[in-house]
Amino acid sequence: MATLATVRAQLETVYRQESRRILATLIRLLGDFDLAEEAMHEAFFIAVERWQRDGIPASPRAWLVSTGRFKAIDSLRRRARFDRSQAQLVQALESLEEAQVNDEELEDDRLRLIFTCCHPALAADAQVPLTLREVCDLTTEEIARAFLQSPATIAQRIVRAKAKIRDARIPYQVPSLAELPERLDSVLRVIYLVFNEGYSASSGESLMRHDLSDEAIRLGRLLQQLLPDPEVLGLLALMLLQASRQQARSDAQGELVLLDEQDRRLWNRELIAEGCQLVQQALRSQQFGVYSLQAAIAAVHAQAASAEDTDWAEIVGLYDVLWQRWPSPVVELNRAAALARRDGAQAGLAAVEAILARGQLQDYHLAHSARAELCRQLGLLGQAREAYCRALELTRQGPERRFIERRLSEL
Amino acid sequence: MKYLCLVYCDESLLHSLPESPADAECMAYAESIQGSGRMLAAEALKPVQTATTVRVRGGQMSLTDGPFAETKEQLAGFYLVDARDLNEALNIARGIPAARVGSVEVRPIRELQP
Repeated sequence: MATLATVRAQLETVYRQESRRILATLIRLLGDFDLAEEAMHEAFFIAVERWQRDGIPASPRAWLVSTGRFKAIDSLRRRARFDRSQAQLVQALESLEEAQVNDEELEDDRLRLIFTCCHPALAADAQVPLTLREVCDLTTEEIARAFLQSPATIAQRIVRAKAKIRDARIPYQVPSLAELPERLDSVLRVIYLVFNEGYSASSGESLMRHDLSDEAIRLGRLLQQLLPDPEVLGLLALMLLQASRQQARSDAQGELVLLDEQDRRLWNRELIAEGCQLVQQALRSQQFGVYSLQAAIAAVHAQAASAEDTDWAEIVGLYDVLWQRWPSPVVELNRAAALARRDGAQAGLAAVEAILARGQLQDYHLAHSARAELCRQLGLLGQAREAYCRALELTRQGPERRFIERRLSEL
Repeated sequence: MKYLCLVYCDESLLHSLPESPADAECMAYAESIQGSGRMLAAEALKPVQTATTVRVRGGQMSLTDGPFAETKEQLAGFYLVDARDLNEALNIARGIPAARVGSVEVRPIRELQP
């Protein structure tokens, strides 16, 4: 026997920690995303009553998987009475072995799920939302905010992608070793987007959503075990090094603290050590790519005792190499900020203004913030004010907004 | 599951590019798929100027010369295969020699509901 309150609390914890693993396994067992989702919710619903009567099972996860599977077969069997095409499916499901729910299998299921959600036969603009929805349990609204789209658009992409997985029979499996490298790029991109969604939530009050970042790091570690490709190591290193600053990134009031002003004693040395070691390993392979290079830049920051002690020449050099591989204006903006440290604010401002003059990053608040900061340093207060105002219009994160407002009031 | 791999190519270039496959290569590939047990049918088509399009409206048949639509790339051939899943079908499609000069559209077959 267990009280309703105990059961509820336990189920909430299980849902938070295990629902994606349970879903991933149910998708494998049932072969259908929607059926699996329905089955999982039904299992949680049944658990409320059953666990009160019988007590909380030794392995809640296994119980929920097996209950979900039985409920799904049950409801399919009922439907099969009216629809003969379902009968075959029921038979196939019943002939499956009893749900395998050992931990290793479950981890594989999550990897299967992520490779399926990132399958290149799915539209590129559907892969990330689908992964965030299915693997990370973000709501459609959260995904929509992160990608500046309407929830209806995101929902439609997810529905279409799921329909294609089902109708074209995109397999639920980890690709073979031969296929893995070409399938990996989209997976890495998706994981990093998940990390960033956790690291700097796209809007609202919470500057960091640790659980999402942890989720991305966990997925990164899982991939590292499966395929120690240099870029997998590079991405994991990048995430660890960024996460190492989590404590220092906001102050006691939850306000944003810039890298230069962070109390470096708060940086997590364990994560830095692990991140730096992974960067070394990735760079030694000579087959590194854009993630390893970004991690290398983060490692230079992590190893400096202060902003003044940072090897800015090394950082500008790394950005040059990065820009050759990935000629994006955001890389150029970051390079401009490093350039300002190496060669002075005037040089940095010229580089930022060159990007904006080309019409790029006009709607990117950090471009305007960077311009404002450099103008401020150069005593160009009017231009600084104008640029901060533009940045303010473009950002929706509470802490970032207040940071800009503080800067504005200090001008 | 059955998949139809539709091979599209600009007919004027199909046989004239450095990458263009010779018939012998196409034949060899078709035989290798046949050997794997996945092949249901595969054929190459004559050019679209040999095509005739049939329509029936209100019981009346009309014929037009040419393909159903003028497109930049034309249907040049097809493979009908029985594959375990989309990955296997895509692997067959990527090996079709004409994929080097054209495009292969892979479509799952819909089973008719009696």
